[in-house]
Amino acid sequence: MDETLILARAQFGLNIAFHILFPTISIGLSWMLVVFRLRHERAGNEAEKRAWLATYRLWVKVFALTFAMGVVSGVVMSFQFGTNWPGYMNKVGNIAGPLLAYEVLTAFMLEATFLGVMLFGMNRVPGWMHVTSTIGVAAGTTISAFWILALNSWMHTPAGHVMDGAALVAGSWLGVIFNPSFPYRFAHMSLASGITAAFLLAGLSAWRLLRAPEDPGARVTLRFGVRIAAVLVPLQIFAGDQHGLNTLAHQPAKIAAMEALWQTERGAALVLFALPNEEKKRNDFALTVPYGASLILTHEKTGEVKGIEAFGEDRPPVAPLFFAFRVMVGMGVLMLLLAFTSTYLLRKKELPPRWLLWCLAGFAFSGWVATLAGWLVTEIGRQPWLVTGILRTADAAGKASGAQLGSSLTAYILTYAALLISYMVVLTHLAGKGDGGGLMKGKLK
Amino acid sequence: MSEYPPVLFTVLPLVFTGLMGAAILAYVVLDGYDLGVGMLMPAATPEEKQVMVASIGPFWDANETWLVLGIGLLLVAFPVAHGVVLGALYLPVAAMLVGLMLRGVGFELRVKAEGWHRELWNWLFWAGSFLASFAQGLMLGRYITGFASGFGYWLFAIVVGGAVCGGYVLLGATWLVLKSEGELRRKAIAWARWGLMWVALAVALVSIVTPLASETVRAKWFSFPNFILVSPLPLATLLSGIFVWRTLGKSDWKPFAGAVAIYVLSFLGLAYSLFPYVVMDRLTIWQAAAHPSALIFVLAGTLVVLPFILGYTVYVYRVFGGKAKGEDVYEG
Repeated sequence: MDETLILARAQFGLNIAFHILFPTISIGLSWMLVVFRLRHERAGNEAEKRAWLATYRLWVKVFALTFAMGVVSGVVMSFQFGTNWPGYMNKVGNIAGPLLAYEVLTAFMLEATFLGVMLFGMNRVPGWMHVTSTIGVAAGTTISAFWILALNSWMHTPAGHVMDGAALVAGSWLGVIFNPSFPYRFAHMSLASGITAAFLLAGLSAWRLLRAPEDPGARVTLRFGVRIAAVLVPLQIFAGDQHGLNTLAHQPAKIAAMEALWQTERGAALVLFALPNEEKKRNDFALTVPYGASLILTHEKTGEVKGIEAFGEDRPPVAPLFFAFRVMVGMGVLMLLLAFTSTYLLRKKELPPRWLLWCLAGFAFSGWVATLAGWLVTEIGRQPWLVTGILRTADAAGKASGAQLGSSLTAYILTYAALLISYMVVLTHLAGKGDGGGLMKGKLK
Repeated sequence: MSEYPPVLFTVLPLVFTGLMGAAILAYVVLDGYDLGVGMLMPAATPEEKQVMVASIGPFWDANETWLVLGIGLLLVAFPVAHGVVLGALYLPVAAMLVGLMLRGVGFELRVKAEGWHRELWNWLFWAGSFLASFAQGLMLGRYITGFASGFGYWLFAIVVGGAVCGGYVLLGATWLVLKSEGELRRKAIAWARWGLMWVALAVALVSIVTPLASETVRAKWFSFPNFILVSPLPLATLLSGIFVWRTLGKSDWKPFAGAVAIYVLSFLGLAYSLFPYVVMDRLTIWQAAAHPSALIFVLAGTLVVLPFILGYTVYVYRVFGGKAKGEDVYEG
């Protein structure tokens, strides 16, 4: 791989990884805001009404900041398709372009416009209109994910296209959109977003309760967050397993690399931990469970599982997939334990033990870790292809020089690091201060 | 894929040129005023800054999405040009994106900060607005000349960069005339006059230099009978400028409308200069166009969705009509 290709990939990877942090929160959080907003509308008494309004006001601030980070990093994405991967647009522009255009038309405009009403319009529009705007923003974030994941899934499991000279055109748009991996990916990512937002909600509320144990709003959102997590994490484990089986059917090389299975064999062992050795094509220091891989992947003790050797040169690197997959699954298991424990300990209305609050606060951004690890698995797992079987990543790269890429990459890294730190500091500060609407100070009318 | 009638290959690229042009024009006018307000920030007192920020708060997210729509349509309709244009503009695009990020985040974070933190975010909001505006002008300058290399062409692009900043300041100042009261409004009137002079100088300069620099443009404007047919365009631009100057201080909305008219007219002039090229002298819109299967699919969606987008955009501008107040920030 030459230097400019590595830089182009590093830059695009950095951008897309930075970007996905924010939609991951905002998709889930937007629906939670709908719940808060409706609870405020429907509340039986004045005190409850105020409490839900304060909760809404605090979290709408978090949402606005998150959304802004998503917008600005999303604008970068729309340009980098052209600057970094011109070959991508030449070859599959007839497929990718319309899907991206539909995302902007049906989702992005909707959420960005109604966000104005949602943030600033509570005293300017009728209540039902404000509720509608909040739902409009939430619907927008979800529709947005629909189109982007349709395109991403198509790149993994292309379908519905026909060749027209050197480029591709859509034969059936329904075939393109509902390609084989799309339903699994959409479910997996939607759940990931819900879980990320739930842990953020619970984590920041726990942070608040460590400082102000009496804050009634934070108590409510803490319980709300852990309960949502306790429902969504098991669903996610099921959805993830289904997605894995789908990947085995369509991208078996990815699975082989994730599991570090070098040779095709019957009754393959599950590798729990190892140091994959690319040179010698084997695992060092492997800790395995006999027949495990065959059982999980084929549901038969002696089922045949394809190893990496079966895919020749067209296969992804093993070590990054192997480790990223374990980070994702490991985080999932920890999140499951924490969600169940917290739900159990929070079943009564009294204040939970401080060690639990510390754990939850520590897990405030755990969804990001799992989500990024998951995306690394699926995207690196598609290599060396940009579009499976159709376009190689190396053939899509542009002509930007190493100096251009290097200098702009440096600028992006500095900007992103500063923005990410600011974002996390501000969120923690907002949550620590709590009390979005001045509920406790009696400022609220 | 021969079942598409040939007329579609001719007409669809034209339709998408119109749509893309409209989206970019909408972006320039809409984000132009909020970038302009951002660039004017250092000239205001802390209380005035609150009002200025409140005047663009409900709109800036949506304004910026028009850029994504414009770039999205370029990508959809002219995938080949998307790569060529953005590849050639690599560094100015990166600078613009960093600028847009800084100002967007600065805008959100300044509300939540106090003391010197707020000053820092104010400064970043200003610097980001300025960087993004200048980079956009630089992109425009490079684009008009077909990315020609040479010191003179770069100098030209830098001049256009300055011109775009001036233009956005004019839009931002007239927006503030519309949205503010009292001392700030008086200041905004003065800013608008400076912006207008700047724009007049820049438009004159660009109108003189562009035909000198490009043979294609020269042939379009200064051959008979084209000269007569297109002469209303510069005349109307001049009249709009005079209109802005004369209505400043007398009317709230007329200066802004006049500033928008200047933009629309300059944009039409530019479009006339470029057509039918999507990359000057190199790629026509027909050479760069995507396949009809993609264009029809997007066009269908656009025709259904665009009325809704326009409808709710108008609605939001009506909801947040009238003078901005400092305390409007985050009334949740």
